Amino acid sequence: MDNQATYNYKVVRQFALMSVVWGIVGMLIGVIIASQLVWPELNFGPWFHFGRLRALHTSAVIFAFGGCGLIATSYYVVQRTCNVRLISDKLAAFTFWGYQAVIIACVITYPLGITFNKEYAEMEWPIKLLLAVVWVAYAIVFFGTLAKRKVKHIYVANWFYGAFILAVTLLHVVNSAFIPVSMWKSYSAYAGAVDAMVQWWYGHNAVGFFLTAGFLGMMYYFVPKQAGRPIYSYRLSVVHFWALSFTYMWAGPHHLHYTALPDWTQSLGMVFSLILLAPSWGGMINGIMTLSGAWHKLRTDPVLKFLITALSFYGMSTFEGPMMAIKSVNALSHYTDWTVGHVHSGALGWVAMITIGSMYYLIPRLFNREAMHSIKLIEVHFWIATLGILLYISSMWIAGVTQGLMWRAVNPDGTLTYAFIDAVKATHPYYFVRALGGLCFLSGMVLMLYNVLRTVTEGKAVDAEIPAVAAHA
Amino acid sequence: MESLYLLIPLSVLLIFVVGAIFWWSVKGGQFDDLEGPAYRILHDDDAPQKERPNGDGIQKTQDSSSDER
Repeated sequence: MDNQATYNYKVVRQFALMSVVWGIVGMLIGVIIASQLVWPELNFGPWFHFGRLRALHTSAVIFAFGGCGLIATSYYVVQRTCNVRLISDKLAAFTFWGYQAVIIACVITYPLGITFNKEYAEMEWPIKLLLAVVWVAYAIVFFGTLAKRKVKHIYVANWFYGAFILAVTLLHVVNSAFIPVSMWKSYSAYAGAVDAMVQWWYGHNAVGFFLTAGFLGMMYYFVPKQAGRPIYSYRLSVVHFWALSFTYMWAGPHHLHYTALPDWTQSLGMVFSLILLAPSWGGMINGIMTLSGAWHKLRTDPVLKFLITALSFYGMSTFEGPMMAIKSVNALSHYTDWTVGHVHSGALGWVAMITIGSMYYLIPRLFNREAMHSIKLIEVHFWIATLGILLYISSMWIAGVTQGLMWRAVNPDGTLTYAFIDAVKATHPYYFVRALGGLCFLSGMVLMLYNVLRTVTEGKAVDAEIPAVAAHA
Repeated sequence: MESLYLLIPLSVLLIFVVGAIFWWSVKGGQFDDLEGPAYRILHDDDAPQKERPNGDGIQKTQDSSSDER
């Protein structure tokens, strides 16, 4: 059986390509809704309205673009580091088609207004159930492959991927608890402040385990591989993993500062958010210092530029996040566009850039090519993407702080200085700059798609052979 | 408030689960060598398998790659 002698690259190829495709779809919707905020006339009818498209944008970029990227790389990394093929090709294929079905179901139902009304979990119950089944299949494939590894040590990236898969299972199950009333309508099993706390326990841990742990798995494999150097400190990477696993679960209440949530819970959330700075920066320094002694590679290698810039944004947003979780800072930043800017510094800067860099490493190898079709285009992509992020986050900082200051300004007689609409007017120019930033980032993705398509057509889909395990390993 | 009766026990339970996995992995010798694994992934050659000049197929490079090791 040649199946046993080669890695399963087919499913990796499928997820990798769909990651690029969904990236473009999700970011295009992002540019559309950013434009709708600048030019409200662009809200056509109920189906094309900001309120419905916004959920589609977040889900498409996080779960379709990011999710496909995570599954593709986790399947690749677990096979390569364990020297073994995925346990089941059929189950792996099921995870691909099942996951795509979930995404397409969301793309159809969200604009129709079918929604569970929970942020980052808007899918209605039939789709939730399908996702749960697909996710369990994914866990079986991943952990099953890990279990029959030929190498005794489990590489640190797999620990991160494993934590991501397990945590997302738990989060999805607890937060999705629903009471169905019809085929396409259900209500949350929780109510009021309880519901809000469960939602943000889910929401923040989705950030922690989907958008952080998962992509750190990517980072711990692709940064050393692309740099051609071992990770700066393997010991630190292990400490990073366990520190994150032990402390992350408690930070959710910072999303509910100054709400009906008990005060001590808010303070607990704030303290744990501040603690998180330590493991986050440990990981960031570990990744960046991998290049120590080889900094010159950054001059010539745009893929490495993507990966290292991603780490810089990871460091920046994991500093900004704990600061915003401090209650007095949050009093200014909460409900403003500062939060939106913070999210995108993490989403575009960290998540998208680490994924794009990893895809530029991965895709040529999946199609038996030495490198991508055009290295120049990767360079252009890098600069246009960086410019886009800078425009996005700086405009949102200004807009957010402006809003926060205007909302809280009071006259000597105690009345509010500004009406809400004054703050909206003041924000308008920054919304335009934000849309421009998003457009830059999207154009970079279009260049990537072209580059990927050229690489795919020039290459050939080949499943690599499994090398013999070295005796010392 | 009632949500905390669910979430706090769940999170505490999780700490114990994570602790148990940690204990198991330390006992199992997962972290005995904290240098080698970093180099191991670099020794794994995932460069494309070379095509023959006439382009009629894929030439196996498994032997040569194991020599490099």
